[in-house]
Amino acid sequence: MSELFTIMKSELMITGIIFILLFIKLGKLVQNETLLPLIQLLLLINFIAGFFMNFEATAFDTMYQTNGVMALEKSILNLGIYLIALLFTEWFKQTEHLAEFFILLLSAVLGMYLLISSNNFLMFYLSLELATIPIAALANFDLQKKISSEAAMKMILSSAFSSGILLFGISILYGVTGSISFEAIPALLNGDAIHILILVFLFSAFAFKLSIVPFHLWTADVYEGSPFAVTALLSVISKGAIAFVLITTLYKVFAPLHVVWYNILMILSIITMIVGNLFAIRQQNIKRFLAFSSIAQVGYILFGISSMDPVKGSASVIYFVLIYVFSNLAAFGVTNAIAMFSGKESIADYKGLYQTNPLLSWVLALALFSLAGVPPTAGFFGKLFLLSAGASDAVYAFVAVAALNMIVSLYYYLRVVRSVFMDKNEQPVATVPVSPYTKLGLIICSFGIVVTGVFSWIYDHLIAIITQ
Amino acid sequence: MNLLLLLLVPLVTALAALAMPNKQAIRWTAFLGSAAQLVLAIALYFSYQSARLSGNTAAFIFEKKLDWFPSWNISLHFGVDGIAVAMIILTALVVIAGVLVSWNVEKMTKEFYFLLLLLSLGAYGFFISLDLFILFFFLEIAVIPKYLLIGVWGSGKKEYAANKLALMLMGGSALVLIGLLGMYYGGTGKTFDLLQIANIKIHIDTQMICFPLLFVGFGVFTALFPFHTWVPDGHSSAPTAGSMFLAGISMKLGGYGCLRVATFLMPDAAKQYAPYIIVLSSIAILYGAFATMMQKDLKYINAYSSVSHCGFVLLGIGMLTQTAITGAVMQMVSHGLMTALFFAVIGMVYERTHTREVNEMGGLLKVMPFISTMLFIVGLCSLGLPGLSGFVAEMTVFVGSWENADVFHRAATIAACMSIVVTAVYILRAVTKTAMGPLKETYASLPDAGWNEKLAAVILLAGILAIGLLPGWLNHLIQPGAETIIQKIPTIIR
Repeated sequence: MSELFTIMKSELMITGIIFILLFIKLGKLVQNETLLPLIQLLLLINFIAGFFMNFEATAFDTMYQTNGVMALEKSILNLGIYLIALLFTEWFKQTEHLAEFFILLLSAVLGMYLLISSNNFLMFYLSLELATIPIAALANFDLQKKISSEAAMKMILSSAFSSGILLFGISILYGVTGSISFEAIPALLNGDAIHILILVFLFSAFAFKLSIVPFHLWTADVYEGSPFAVTALLSVISKGAIAFVLITTLYKVFAPLHVVWYNILMILSIITMIVGNLFAIRQQNIKRFLAFSSIAQVGYILFGISSMDPVKGSASVIYFVLIYVFSNLAAFGVTNAIAMFSGKESIADYKGLYQTNPLLSWVLALALFSLAGVPPTAGFFGKLFLLSAGASDAVYAFVAVAALNMIVSLYYYLRVVRSVFMDKNEQPVATVPVSPYTKLGLIICSFGIVVTGVFSWIYDHLIAIITQ
Repeated sequence: MNLLLLLLVPLVTALAALAMPNKQAIRWTAFLGSAAQLVLAIALYFSYQSARLSGNTAAFIFEKKLDWFPSWNISLHFGVDGIAVAMIILTALVVIAGVLVSWNVEKMTKEFYFLLLLLSLGAYGFFISLDLFILFFFLEIAVIPKYLLIGVWGSGKKEYAANKLALMLMGGSALVLIGLLGMYYGGTGKTFDLLQIANIKIHIDTQMICFPLLFVGFGVFTALFPFHTWVPDGHSSAPTAGSMFLAGISMKLGGYGCLRVATFLMPDAAKQYAPYIIVLSSIAILYGAFATMMQKDLKYINAYSSVSHCGFVLLGIGMLTQTAITGAVMQMVSHGLMTALFFAVIGMVYERTHTREVNEMGGLLKVMPFISTMLFIVGLCSLGLPGLSGFVAEMTVFVGSWENADVFHRAATIAACMSIVVTAVYILRAVTKTAMGPLKETYASLPDAGWNEKLAAVILLAGILAIGLLPGWLNHLIQPGAETIIQKIPTIIR
């Protein structure tokens, strides 16, 4: 029994924090002002604890599994939620239901952790639902805003649809192979038409969550309607978790169908990049802009997953998600601080920002350059390794499209940089007061953006864990 | 000598500049830092020569290899040959001159110098890299500083120019990236190490695909026709130091890449594609020269003439003889110094007259004797007057080109030679209209160059004269490097 505590420690830590928050809420033990630092502290402890006592093990009759890679993936997500707790301080301060927000958020995260560790499609489906439904409630968190309810509605409908498809796929899988265990299925798949159909159904569900084109239509509306903290959660933590799961599922369960999903992934990644990039060019709202940019980023993730070399493929994806956590959260942190202070979310409002907020501008520029993949930021390394991993069978045409897409993405990221640094504005946004917590979060993000790439031992460590 | 110093000094200077309290301190930090760079570059030259004299015949010396992303076979592998040393000296000269002419930048001084020093870091890193991945890293590192330097401190259509430049250069890098990945998976045994790849004979099919990608990709940086269109806009919109860096250093990254990566690693494909390179570079030379004739703006004149002059670099590479390649590298150094001085002088004139239109100036020799004299000297260098660096470099390219004894190569050489006449027309016209003739009353009380401007001009002029009067040292420096490259070129065309 005590063994179970160490095996499932990531999940139990999160569950523990959820219960602490519940008791605090029910007993009205802590004031809102002190609650936020407490949550931040708990999440920091959770993050640090994630690094200890990681080993390979299974539980519940192999339904649940964990190993060094999964622990690392969870640590990356732990870091992400800690940063979210720091970066959106301004928004948390003005919301009344702080405890509920984090209870919902952590429930979703708990679902993601179980999803990462699931070794059985039953477990997989249950945890995917747990990871989805709280987020729909979160999207509706700005109760007085109509657009927020619209976002939640779209989110829940599309999620329900995608989990329906997933469930259909799983039931066919069970019908055909007679098994739902990740260990047993690979030996039973041989590339029959029905097996490919299963793959397509399952992949469609992933595609919804990751907003891969053509399953991306909900993304921009939901991102725009949700509060910044939820948008960040959706675009960074949720997508990161699903990308991790996609690696396990494709490399492990669907390994016999490699040729099939390789082609699917290549073509979808190219389409996703192109559509995401082209739509991002025209966006005026910063949230929609980041939504489409995140669609394009997912295209690169798919490109990396389609690698011929599973070690390189998964290492590049995990590394990229880590960098993406830093870069995208930094961008959301800055935009949130500005939106909370001035209510402005349009790119045109960022004109002349540098005159009044030089430091915020630099952090934003750093984040955007990292997203665009320009050195010396970490994004350069992340993107380059994804491209290199995906190029392993040297289909020049695909590599070329992916590389040329980087130019398009640079164009629209530069559009924001240009507004901030170059365009003149009579009345730029006044100097934004930034709370110390947000500052700490932005410092961690900027530090991460600079250091994660240049110091190669992070990547080496990742490779070492994966090859163990 | 430890080559890492070349990276460390600019980095430390840039960070120190950020920490300085006031503008004067920032300027002096940048100046001292760039002076240290120059000292390092000169020390590098002498220690390189003494290593060669003491019998070190390895192709690259001062090698240093540190692990970096070992799972991809990437390493921080540095080393220099004579060509790299020449480029490093060029960079150091342009950097210190650039810092000096920017003495009066009042707008965001700290950021300005920080970006300028970051640019120099990228250039040094590029020239000393012996690993294709880090070479690419340093090539791209300069994109952000260039974009911001033009966009924030530039003039005219600066946002447009900055965007165009960043996107076109990014496009060039994307082509380079595709070429590198093609090489990595297509026959180098999955390594990025330049020396290891140089010992492998890459399969001809891979070469035929990757060579044009790499050559065109690097060619974008060095104004390969028809990808030269960023040059006039970028150069004319950039602030003075920005133009100097762009034309003096950044365009040379492309030429160096074409030589070191494309031609050196894929000699068979280089031989096959050489006629196309020659045609394109001849077009660039002539087109650039004729386009310059039509320009009225001093910066546009120098920008278009840069297209023409950089054509000589690519022409020399395309001719694939040892002399021509030596000439190409000499042209890179010579053009770098000359064009940096030209832009510096144009900047000085513009700062005083607030116009760059040739027709609105006149008689400036009377009020600014120093600046106008420099304008004359650099103009004469540009049109290839013996005794100055332009003549030496272009002459070497022509001699090398003439070694190819067939009609096609001779025709291209003659066409390129003709451009010198056109150059003489536009240079003399621009210079005389600016400096001679009646002086406008509004310009009667303008001051001559200050100490910083004089020092910058003298440093660059010293470089031009050192090459023009004593070309031997540069020639000896470059020749062994050119020989290493040319040895791999197959003599018989398939």
